Amino acid sequence: MAEAHPVGFQWVMEAKRRGAKVFHVDPRFTRTSALADSYLPIRAGTDIALLGGVVRYILDNELDFREYVVAYTNAATIVTEEYADTEDMHGLFSGFNDDNATYDQASWRYEGHSQDQTTRDSETQRETAAGLENESHGAPVGGETERDETLQHPRCVYQILKRHFSRYTPEMVERVCGIPQEKFLELAQAWTENSGRERTGMLVYSVGWTQHSVGVQYIRTGAIIQLLLGNMGRPGGGVMALRGHASIQGSTDIPTLFNLLPGYLPMPHHAEHPTLDKWVDSIAHPGQKGFWGNARTYGVNLLKAYWGDAATADNDYCYGYMPRMTGDHGTYQQVLDMIDGKVKGYFLLGQNPAVGSAHGRAQRLGMANLDWLVVRDLFEIESATFWKNAPEIETGEIVPEKCRTEVFFLPAASHVEKEGTFTQTQRLLQWREKAVEPPGDARSELWFFYHLGRIIRERLATSTKPRDRALLDLTWDYPTHGPNVEPSAEAVLREINGYDVATGRPLASFTEMKDDGSTLGGCWIYTGVYADGVNQAARRKPGSEQSLVAPEWGWAWPANRRILYNRASADPDGNPWSERKKYVWWDPDKSEWTGYDVPDFEKTKPPSYRPERDASGVAGIAGDDPFILQGDGKGWLYAPTGVLDGPMPTHYEPVESPVRNPLYRQQANPTRKVYTHPINTLNPSPPQEHSQVFPYVFTVSRLTEHHTAGGMSRTVSHLAELQPEMFVEVSPELAALRGLTHLGWAHLVTSRAAVEAKVLVTDRVTPLRVDGRIIHQVWLPYHFGFEGLVTGDSANDLFGITLDPNVLIQESKVGTCDVRPGRRPRGPDLLDLVVDYRRRSGNLVHRYPPMVTTDVADSSSDQEA
Amino acid sequence: MPHANALYGPLDPAPDAGYEDPPPRMGFFTDTSVCIGCKACEVACKEWNGVPESGLDLLGMSYDNTGALTANSWRHVAFVEQPRSAGWATPAFEGDPDGPAISPVTAAAGARTSTDTGTDPGLPPGSPGAAARMSSGPEFLGMPGAQPPGRGSGAEGRTDFRWLMMSDVCKHCTHAACLDVCPTGSLFRTEFGTVVVQEDICNGCGYCISACPYGVIDQRKDDGRAWKCTLCYDRLGVGMTPACAKACPTESIQYGVLDELRERAAARVAKLHERGVPEARLYGHDPNDGVGGDGAFFLLLDEPEVYGLPPDPIVTTRDLPAMWKRAGLAAVTMAVATAVAFLGRRQ
Amino acid sequence: MTDEKPRGRRGDGGERLTVPPAEFASYYGRPVLKPPVWKYDIAGYLFTGGLAAGSALIGAGAQLTGRPELRTVGRWTALGGVAASTYLLVHDLGRPARFHHMLRVAKVTSPMSVGTWILAAFGPLAGVAAVAELAPLLPQHGVLGLARRIAPPIGNLAGLGAAATAPALATYTGVLLADTAVPSWHDAYPSLPFVFAGSALAAASGVGLIAAPAAQAAPLRRLALAAAAVEFGGGHQLERQGLTSEPYTRGRSGRLVKAGRVLLAVGTVTALLSRRSRVLSAISGAALVASSVATRFGVFEAGRASARDPKYTVVPQRERLSR
Repeated sequence: MAEAHPVGFQWVMEAKRRGAKVFHVDPRFTRTSALADSYLPIRAGTDIALLGGVVRYILDNELDFREYVVAYTNAATIVTEEYADTEDMHGLFSGFNDDNATYDQASWRYEGHSQDQTTRDSETQRETAAGLENESHGAPVGGETERDETLQHPRCVYQILKRHFSRYTPEMVERVCGIPQEKFLELAQAWTENSGRERTGMLVYSVGWTQHSVGVQYIRTGAIIQLLLGNMGRPGGGVMALRGHASIQGSTDIPTLFNLLPGYLPMPHHAEHPTLDKWVDSIAHPGQKGFWGNARTYGVNLLKAYWGDAATADNDYCYGYMPRMTGDHGTYQQVLDMIDGKVKGYFLLGQNPAVGSAHGRAQRLGMANLDWLVVRDLFEIESATFWKNAPEIETGEIVPEKCRTEVFFLPAASHVEKEGTFTQTQRLLQWREKAVEPPGDARSELWFFYHLGRIIRERLATSTKPRDRALLDLTWDYPTHGPNVEPSAEAVLREINGYDVATGRPLASFTEMKDDGSTLGGCWIYTGVYADGVNQAARRKPGSEQSLVAPEWGWAWPANRRILYNRASADPDGNPWSERKKYVWWDPDKSEWTGYDVPDFEKTKPPSYRPERDASGVAGIAGDDPFILQGDGKGWLYAPTGVLDGPMPTHYEPVESPVRNPLYRQQANPTRKVYTHPINTLNPSPPQEHSQVFPYVFTVSRLTEHHTAGGMSRTVSHLAELQPEMFVEVSPELAALRGLTHLGWAHLVTSRAAVEAKVLVTDRVTPLRVDGRIIHQVWLPYHFGFEGLVTGDSANDLFGITLDPNVLIQESKVGTCDVRPGRRPRGPDLLDLVVDYRRRSGNLVHRYPPMVTTDVADSSSDQEA
Repeated sequence: MPHANALYGPLDPAPDAGYEDPPPRMGFFTDTSVCIGCKACEVACKEWNGVPESGLDLLGMSYDNTGALTANSWRHVAFVEQPRSAGWATPAFEGDPDGPAISPVTAAAGARTSTDTGTDPGLPPGSPGAAARMSSGPEFLGMPGAQPPGRGSGAEGRTDFRWLMMSDVCKHCTHAACLDVCPTGSLFRTEFGTVVVQEDICNGCGYCISACPYGVIDQRKDDGRAWKCTLCYDRLGVGMTPACAKACPTESIQYGVLDELRERAAARVAKLHERGVPEARLYGHDPNDGVGGDGAFFLLLDEPEVYGLPPDPIVTTRDLPAMWKRAGLAAVTMAVATAVAFLGRRQ
Repeated sequence: MTDEKPRGRRGDGGERLTVPPAEFASYYGRPVLKPPVWKYDIAGYLFTGGLAAGSALIGAGAQLTGRPELRTVGRWTALGGVAASTYLLVHDLGRPARFHHMLRVAKVTSPMSVGTWILAAFGPLAGVAAVAELAPLLPQHGVLGLARRIAPPIGNLAGLGAAATAPALATYTGVLLADTAVPSWHDAYPSLPFVFAGSALAAASGVGLIAAPAAQAAPLRRLALAAAAVEFGGGHQLERQGLTSEPYTRGRSGRLVKAGRVLLAVGTVTALLSRRSRVLSAISGAALVASSVATRFGVFEAGRASARDPKYTVVPQRERLSR
């Protein structure tokens, strides 16, 4: 965190100053480790084993916050007897379908529930990264649940969890992660001791957790711990996701994703959502409890915001104009389609896939096979010059004179050269003023898209073709100002907030939205950011002049709540769990919820409220159900649906691993998304043969001094000089083993590429003892490319493409490689080297690791050699 | 009438320099125990002051690719990797199958590197032998043992480890040798008690560079003049915080009234001692030290020289009266010798 | 070259170091100090300035004792020396065009400022004294004839004035170097003015022995002896200042200092033996001049070496702290 989020780390230092104990788990000792009270070196890709160990430690020692767990989580809920666990199936859950490597989730459901008919099949969910829809709400579950609040029922979630994690002993943590038991116990003890009525603990993770073939389950495991310890919805608790850029939260809220619309409404699917009714029903799940019952309202307001007067009840608010998904349109599928000539044009806005995305060579070859490419960036980045400067020029794979792609480079305005909002990880919107005019032809994204739309609409103005109506009927009337005819960002924010169509009055809350076309709003969760016609995101009252929650700094969605599910900060009766951790509570005198923050609960619903048996929507949430966007109002220790790779997290090895999974016969995530394409070769892993050809684990991440693919840092001398060369960090032990010297050269080889780097031999990297073997890990920064003031090979070239099934995020934080001293070969010799490695690893014919390995004996019986 | 301590000893420099009723002396307290090595200070300083680039070479000195304070780097973050206990923390590599520490070897390699900082003398290469001892740990100069790592019990391997980081800067001495020896009056004492070079006066004589006991001030090539931290004199004048302190995310760099900073620093040291960090100590805070106390002082976690600081600097002008006396004596000797030679018997 | 040194072999002549030089910490072995940025211009100036000062003294001595040829040699050498000095000093500046900024202030805490004013006084006096030597070339009559007549007395006054400032010019440079953080220079502050005074006299005597008629060279031989006495007396101390003496005895700087000593001894002895031999006088003169050059460059180099190695900064300071 100090390494990649130094500004945020000030609060960790502040907490430390006040006596907090900081643990840092990382494959190498970083600037964060230097300030931590305890550093745990871990084998990359084994976090679920570590966290699972903590879960087991909590359950075995009964250290969970029992009152919280019973009342606020689904620990007491009973699961159908059809469910079978990984314990009994060598690492698979019940319902696995070998044909398409997905789970039928029917056997995971709660006792007495039938499977939701509106749920898409698992394969379609995986194709469309449907897990992303759950960022703001849980997957659907219907009706009442059967509960055993003594937690003794063998099929209650608590007991299932206990059995599921029973293998995750301290010994197993040591064996899988390489973390000595004492270190693990120190962590588990501190975490549990600092949770409960009087204390809360926080879990902070960064992108390193998401970029795994089991990334969603990493975070699920963290959430399970935080629920068991009562650390959710309470001050000082939570699972904090540190994002990789300034407004990544904002770019999922108002998404730059193929499968989502603003406010986590799913992008319609051509087959499943032919009509507005079908679409909104698939979101609302009629009969389900919680706030998603109002999905029709949110959908209609969005359509009204798009098509304004043209959108009426009679034409389903122009739902027919909406584009539809036909399958996987994710970035990696598109790149492979580019290589295959199926994609003709591409827009790149503030993204540098030639350096920043997994399998850089595939990215560059794909872009070299387009008709046109528009790159908007601050500097002429690698993704704009690959056709003349890519490493593939040297190998002869791209010939500049023959490269067919016409590249349009358009200079972009930086964040200080345009106004708008950033939404950070706390869902806090902060308005940004323009400090200086952009230089030369540089323009904001808002300017670009507004005028692009305007020009297209002008060209089509006389068109009578039905297909052009969607564009011509759009409301495209933002006021502009200044010599550059810049659209007003505040006007856009007002539309996002929503307003009453007749009067133009901005809405104060999404509860004011109507589903009859009388209101419109571009993103229902953002409603309130422009309440009273005031830009609430621009509020800057200093923290010293207001309460510790600082509600008048910026604006947080939803409804300016700073902690989600904060009803959980009070006990079931509505009283604070403790004076020390008081946050939101029930005031019996006024009969309302009150506290420091905006209560995340219906303001006047008393703790004693119990819904009618068949109540749905918001009315179905009881007065002691804090998790109001979950169908059952509970925090899910166990996910009966919606998580494609299992109801509970399970340790699977990374797709490329030198180690046989010590926990189960199942080696890797059986439902991972795999692209079979000639360019996407994968290194063999146990139980496959030849995995020893790539014996070392490599992981990549950031340096404080650079930003992502380097477009904003390698181009600026004041940053470039601070980390001026590509390097690889190796332990003294690996250096001795491979003959590497400090400041000498080394190159790393995978079945995709070989990249070279200067060697930093450092005590900060240590080998680990894993399952009786010594595992060496190396680390590289992924910032370098071939443009800019400082250049170097790109670490991301080393990766293949394998994705998490829930959200289609690539496994680009861990892989296997070989490490060799000296510089890499040049020109065609480089290709020969990689081909030679592929031959040696038996991968010349594109053998992919088997999805299921439960028929191969597990490691414990064949490892002792 | 010059102050009795005009050349040495405790002194409030601004009144001594002739300011009537100056504002309180301002300074920096750099608390290295909370430094995260982000280098935001280096970047903010360069941005605000328009300081040029200082070389694009990987130095191999841990994460320090700046190397030293130079005319083109007015803040410099030092990084020291040490196989030593961090005091407050659990031993970092306890129980891991690793061998002895390599930091002495890598330090020796890093010592040989250099980069064209665009300044003179810039960043001279160091002595590898001296570098190998920087960790203050057990002397170790060979490569790790030839036996496969991890085969042993692990007891012989490294367990303790700490990574020191420290943002260095001009000390703005009470008795600033650079200022005293400047023959043009380019270097001057501000009303805030800080020391600033006037770029329109400096003629690049280089005297200040040899006079500085901390090796701070340096000459810019092609420009010829001497440059160093101004403690953002232009910002101070309008009540703003210096750029580096403003940018520091963890309050490692604190700017304020020097007397208040000294109190805060003393409290911080006491607190660290309480928390099991006995090696925490202040550096440059004492008005009775060899330079009359620094305007920019530090909390360190090891000996000053580990960070490249002199352990006991004394302003050279302390001895200036004695020097002039010796020169006078030598001059007289010279004159007498000549007289005697010519007055000797004629041949 | 400065490390892995068995403890106590050198540099502890007489006194034990409480912290052995081999065990000190540093930051990647990099210098704590910035090595002086002065180019060899300054080492050259140390020589030319000393030569000018010594020559002015010789000129005045010759003037007062009636040795006109020697006087002429002294005055011209003084002018040549001071002219070269001025050139070298200006040339060494980072911004030569701003050399006159030196004249903005007069600061006793800045030996360079003091030196500037000494030079400002000495230079014109030496110049007038030397130019006055041209009087015999002027016509007998007219305005120039008047000049021809008044030049010698003015020259004599100027020559005496230059001689009065000359000792300061020759010795302030010792303070110039010593008033720095450079360990081997600063610690040598008691000796440097004497070394430089001696070296200045040696150089000037050397030039005199080469250029002046042997008949007038007797004082020069005595002066060479005196110079050697002063320089050896002062220089002896250079090796008695603990660890920071090391650069005066080792490495390139040590070799230069040693060469200076040997040449001084050879030059002085040869001078004493030369009597009326022009050849021997010239040889001894050359040796003396070379000695001065070597000594100046040696001292200059020693300072740079001491600033470049953190050992010379850290160890004595550690030693001081542990006392």
